[in-house]
Amino acid sequence: MEFFRHAAAVCAKDLRIELRSREIVYTMVFFAAMVVLIFSFAFIGDGNPRALVPGMLWVAVLLSGTLGLSRAFDRERDQDTLRGLLLSPAPRGAIFAGKAVAMVALMAAVEAVAAPLCWFLFDAPLFAHPIYMVLVLVLGTVGFATVGSVFAAMLLRVRARDVLLPVVLYPIIVPLLIAATKATAALAAPVPDLADAVFWIKFLAVFDAAFLVAAMWTFESLVIE
Amino acid sequence: MKRAIVLLLAALAAVGFAVTLYWIFYRAPMQREPLYFNQKIFYYHIGCAFMLFAAVFTCGIASLLYLKGRRGRFDDVATAGGELAVLFGSAMLVSGSIWAKVAWGHWWVWDARLTTSLLLWMVMVGYVLVRRFGGPGSERLAAGLGVFGMVDVPLIYYSVRIWRTYHPSTSTAPGLRGDMLIAMLFSVLLFVCVFVVLLVYRAGVARCARLIDETREAALDAGLIE
Repeated sequence: MEFFRHAAAVCAKDLRIELRSREIVYTMVFFAAMVVLIFSFAFIGDGNPRALVPGMLWVAVLLSGTLGLSRAFDRERDQDTLRGLLLSPAPRGAIFAGKAVAMVALMAAVEAVAAPLCWFLFDAPLFAHPIYMVLVLVLGTVGFATVGSVFAAMLLRVRARDVLLPVVLYPIIVPLLIAATKATAALAAPVPDLADAVFWIKFLAVFDAAFLVAAMWTFESLVIE
Repeated sequence: MKRAIVLLLAALAAVGFAVTLYWIFYRAPMQREPLYFNQKIFYYHIGCAFMLFAAVFTCGIASLLYLKGRRGRFDDVATAGGELAVLFGSAMLVSGSIWAKVAWGHWWVWDARLTTSLLLWMVMVGYVLVRRFGGPGSERLAAGLGVFGMVDVPLIYYSVRIWRTYHPSTSTAPGLRGDMLIAMLFSVLLFVCVFVVLLVYRAGVARCARLIDETREAALDAGLIE
């Protein structure tokens, strides 16, 4: 219980800072929308590139998520506040969980704009099965935020971190991208393939569980001074 | 003792290159359609592929041990494992591409095994980049990357396998008979020797570099040098 209280406090702190400036969420949302539009300009030939929509959506979410990650953790660097957090009696795992949950909330805001935008621009029936679709979005976001928060936290002390974050994060995250796009494609197909979607949703759950365990295990020793 | 074993393995590797080449080119029969001579690439290709995975797991386990106890020697082994993964991975990707061009008519196909290996290779390239350009404090990040890379292996493999499959399955090995099988086993053994020798020496170099750094730090602290 104590653990969740600490995690909630860290998460609330991050979200409160964000609500006061709204810097990260605005830039992330606008960036995601830009990515979707750039994809449409690049790939629209004749007709509607509806088959590309799941990929577009997830690339936009992951790219803007990376942007948000480096900003959210840069904040902890400005006044060396991460040291303050680590010095507090909260367990390291709770700090990690709080930062990751705050990241999920920011990315949810992005998805709330990007997914309807894809539906609006390309008439893709993303929400034909709203519960499954939300599940895919949630699991995909949780997995990304988990791995991303660990790496962004570790990179705080490293030179060239803005370049290194995507370099180390994307290869690790590819299974998640495959599963999320496949599930989205199955749900948004003219004839939705629910069995396929459920399979990939299960895969996402396994991915999340594996990396949550790995993150909880290693976070403490990774950020220790 | 340890030195003697490594020297023995190095000698075995030196002899092994001659023996495997002899076996591959003189003893193993030529394959018919469609590969002919190109099939010979396979013997070294599979050795490199096995060593890529061996190196990834060496790096991952060493990273995990380093994170647990912070003992520098595990970090040295992880460094060596990461670099060897890139080395063997590159050799595997190049030899595999040549094979693919002849066997399937394309340099690259998006098959499960190929994609898995490519992604692993990319994770390890990221690892080496972090080591090279991360500056001070990058050992921990590298260790985390090593651990996460290892956790990722089954996930990558599983997701990509369902995504698509094209590569001749592992049943090629049982399909090999007689001298072909012997040639393959010889070359895998050879690569194991090469791998161990390189790992030990690269870890030794990393250890020396670390000791020099530590000595320098200590001397700076003691005010012996500027």
